[in-house]
Amino acid sequence: MSAMRPIWVIVRRELASTFTSPVAYVFLVIFLLLNGFFTFTAGAFFERGEASLASFFMWHPWLYLVLVPAVGMRVWAEERRAGTLELLLTMPIAAWQAIIAKFLASWIFLAVALALTFPAVITVNELGDPDNGVIFAGYVGSLLLAGAYLAITCMTSAMTRNQVVAFIVSVVLCLFLILAGFNPITDLLTRWASPTFVDAVAGFSVMTHFDGFQKGVISLRDLVFFLSVMGFALFVTGVILRNHRAG
Amino acid sequence: MLTIENLVKAFGTKRAVDGVSLSVERGEVLGFLGPNGAGKSTTMRMITGFIPPTGGTVMIGGHDMLADPIPAKRLIGYLPENAAAYPDMTVRGFLGFAADMRGLAGDARTRAIARVVDLCFLDSVLHQEIDTLSKGYRHRTCLAQALIHDPDVLVLDEPTDGLDPNQKHEVRNLIRELGTRKAVIFSTHILEEVDAACTRAIIIDRGRIVANGTPAELRAMSGLAGAVTLKARGADAARLAGLPAAGSVEPLEEGALRVYPKDKDAAASLARQVIELVVSQDWKIEQLRSEEGQLDEVFRRITLPDTVREAAR
Ligand SMILES: Nc1ncnc2c1ncn2[C@@H]1O[C@H](COP(=O)(O)OP(=O)(O)O)[C@@H](O)[C@H]1O
Ligand SMILES: [Mg+2]
Repeated sequence: MSAMRPIWVIVRRELASTFTSPVAYVFLVIFLLLNGFFTFTAGAFFERGEASLASFFMWHPWLYLVLVPAVGMRVWAEERRAGTLELLLTMPIAAWQAIIAKFLASWIFLAVALALTFPAVITVNELGDPDNGVIFAGYVGSLLLAGAYLAITCMTSAMTRNQVVAFIVSVVLCLFLILAGFNPITDLLTRWASPTFVDAVAGFSVMTHFDGFQKGVISLRDLVFFLSVMGFALFVTGVILRNHRAG
Repeated sequence: MLTIENLVKAFGTKRAVDGVSLSVERGEVLGFLGPNGAGKSTTMRMITGFIPPTGGTVMIGGHDMLADPIPAKRLIGYLPENAAAYPDMTVRGFLGFAADMRGLAGDARTRAIARVVDLCFLDSVLHQEIDTLSKGYRHRTCLAQALIHDPDVLVLDEPTDGLDPNQKHEVRNLIRELGTRKAVIFSTHILEEVDAACTRAIIIDRGRIVANGTPAELRAMSGLAGAVTLKARGADAARLAGLPAAGSVEPLEEGALRVYPKDKDAAASLARQVIELVVSQDWKIEQLRSEEGQLDEVFRRITLPDTVREAAR
């Protein structure tokens, strides 16, 4: 209980700081516009002739590739640049509490952005008779996907005081996580490598594990995958911060 | 209250702090002096638990900062170098955050905020964003944050840096006042602050302590300490040099003479002997002054100037 209190205090500070900044609202607008564009235009929502949000969720790995690092890049880089890292980590808390708290705050923000796409759910329910269980699973998967990207961004953000560097490195790392299981790439790989190897590589891809959620299946394997990516990236964040402090 | 022993911090092969030991008790204000790059901030970052030492121990009120950091950190209020604070928060919001992080709640929280706002004169900027504050106010906001939980140990890294003379004066007075109830350590490279606020001072250079004592003791280390400066018609350097307590005599501008004591013990009787000589010889005194010794002279003598340091690299 007492370990939760400072986490909550930091989450509140971060969220207040996020929502008092106009950047947050610009982000929300861009997020919703892009979602709309991809779903209805690029995703051929109407032409599909089916009542589902498949054309909505299928773009999320790509959409988040840019949007999530944009949210997470400042998490540690800004603390380092402003010197507030020193203030924060000399407060009577453990570093892991700060790491979890700052991650949670940004994740909550992303969850809010995702929740604001609810008109899409209403629309498909108006137009037809979708399987809302599949839609729910899609949202769960999408949130986990965002969390995985975000944890990776937190990690790279801890490496530098420069947000732009954090952004670029995060995009590259997340892109790897996509491409390892992106069909055009895996098809290419199978020409040179054994199928077991290709499968093993694809096992590290968010595409492989996001697939199930899009189909409406919440499997333990996929849950464990996303949670492990987050856990691992946040653990490495702790190591990076410790090394940075040790000099 | 605060004890550090044999503290070492190496960055690569370079030892920024090299075996520093010191202790500060409640009721003491320790001035931590040294030229830029001497290792003051690095030492303070180890004291506050921000960076782990390469070697040595830090004990805060009986808690080991390395083994048991959280209780140790609870006892410390820290003003980091450059007074970092979240730029997008208001002063009030920032102090509220600091209070929350220190576990203050309800009435105690409200009172704590009111107390530090009062102490640091922040009333007029309470609802202003920290980003828009002048340097003096930002410094005091960060200082207020350090005081919010009324800590037993205060660690202040260059608390008067960048302030105007009036603000410097206020902050020094505040430090001295706080020092009566707390253990305070503050770093500076401004020597006047030693007299203005410290009960004791330590000078460090290149990571090592080179002097440690009360302001008066440090001043006594000056070659000037105990010297008598005399300007009088008819004064004769040879007669002055012949006094039992006198060492050398140095001619100054406008015919003044400075008599240095033969040694430390002679310093006490030198002034009396000079006066007796002046009276017996009936020299006409225009000026007679006993020198206290100057801290900046001590400081310059025992720390390497930047130019020498650069050349040594
Ligand atoms: N994180 C670091 N990495 C490498 N060198 C450092 C680091 N922090 C400080 N130093 C070096 O250690 C020395 C002492 O620095 P510092 O403690 O900031 O001095 P002061 O506060 O007395 O001016 C300087 O030479 C500085 O360059
Ligand atoms: Mg410094």
